[in-house]
Amino acid sequence: MSVRVVLPSQLRELNDGRRVIDLAGAVGTVAGAFEALRVRVPAVYDRVFTERSELRPHVNVFVGREDIRWSGGLDTPVRDGVDIVILPSVSGG
Amino acid sequence: MPQTTTGVPADSGDVVLMVGTTKGAFLFHSGSDRASWKTDGPHFPGEEVYAMALDRRGAGPVLWAAAGNPFWGCTLRRSDDFGATWSGKDERPVKFPEESGLSLSRIWQIRPGRDSEPDHILLGVEPACLFESRDGGDSFEAVPGFLGHEHRERWTPGAGGLCLHTILPDPGDPARTVVALSTGGVYRSDDGGETWRPRNQGVRAEFLPDKHPEFGQCVHKVVHHPSRPGRLFLQNHWGLYRSDDWGDSWQDIANGVPSDFGFAMAMHAHDPDTVFIVPLEADTFRCTPEAKLRVYRTRDAGDSWEPLTEGLPQEDAYETVLRDALDTDQATGCGVYFGTRSGRLYGSRDGGDHWTAIHEGLPPVVCVKAALVP
Repeated sequence: MSVRVVLPSQLRELNDGRRVIDLAGAVGTVAGAFEALRVRVPAVYDRVFTERSELRPHVNVFVGREDIRWSGGLDTPVRDGVDIVILPSVSGG
Repeated sequence: MPQTTTGVPADSGDVVLMVGTTKGAFLFHSGSDRASWKTDGPHFPGEEVYAMALDRRGAGPVLWAAAGNPFWGCTLRRSDDFGATWSGKDERPVKFPEESGLSLSRIWQIRPGRDSEPDHILLGVEPACLFESRDGGDSFEAVPGFLGHEHRERWTPGAGGLCLHTILPDPGDPARTVVALSTGGVYRSDDGGETWRPRNQGVRAEFLPDKHPEFGQCVHKVVHHPSRPGRLFLQNHWGLYRSDDWGDSWQDIANGVPSDFGFAMAMHAHDPDTVFIVPLEADTFRCTPEAKLRVYRTRDAGDSWEPLTEGLPQEDAYETVLRDALDTDQATGCGVYFGTRSGRLYGSRDGGDHWTAIHEGLPPVVCVKAALVP
């Protein structure tokens, strides 16, 4: 199983400038994918989640094109080959 | 794209201004005469920088900045070469313990500790808490006595958030430290941080039914002079106060100011009787009164205040200066500096008698720190 995590431009410097993190192995859900990400690139995890392991409020996560808010949150199933896309919300000035 | 930053090649005797804005940090550098300034920035473009500090205690000065944003959180960055390079990009040394149920929103204050404890660094953060490092900033821990304070549930956020914004260690007594938070008020520890007692007797809380509670005041800033540390000056959310007993009691010193509402307050570097403020009209109209940009100065510890206007706009100046956007340097004559939410940076090299615009067109300024390079 392979899943790609796609980073917004603001987080790529924490991944040596690369846009994509490939996660090999069974992750099962979005939460599982982020646990794998936490091991691979902890600095990215720390930007996406608070120290309480809560998704930061202005961060949006999509599985494919679907916002996980509407598909089960962090329990959203993740299929082989899918992209998990991290994007900041369009808030702020 | 933002311009490339190179840092400021400061030498001993130079003055460095650290200006934090909602869109990055800027460094300004001048010789000891402070006649002209070179600009470098933005550092951390797009990120808000609410706290900066130059730690002058060690073998070489260390520049600290708290950079972050509402999307990705906040972290601490360090430079040993005046901003040419910054470490800490990948690190998150400031974290609440998971069992606290809290998560870091913003770092509001970076305070190098006493000269006698060169590896001690204190941070004031949101949600209101005090963190400290005992290893020169490599790691930080929440101070347990403050993290678990019995009043925590009753502290409430002001418009800027529930922030601990003032940290005043007693330079002569390692056991004593004063902090202030909004809203919550002034707290003091006399036992090295194990316990913290509210020290707000005499300070009003206009926005509460009980105007003089034990705690819950919306204190905006507290300053003191290291040569007379037990005398504190306080800018409140309505109210100007002085304490001569480390906060045990407070006296109203709003004598001759157009408003006792404001955020910013700074101590003269060399004179323990001289303090600077920038009054604002009201909490419902947080702009300079009468559209005049005036710094007010007392030279008699608050018995009287005088407006300082020469070089500052006195018409159509609807400006706001926030709590950490006013500071002084340690150079001869005492430089005074402040930044506005409209992005203007002003400076005086004669203790406030004359002012010049150092820079205009910055993003909204939230932090100005000045330091003489040792």
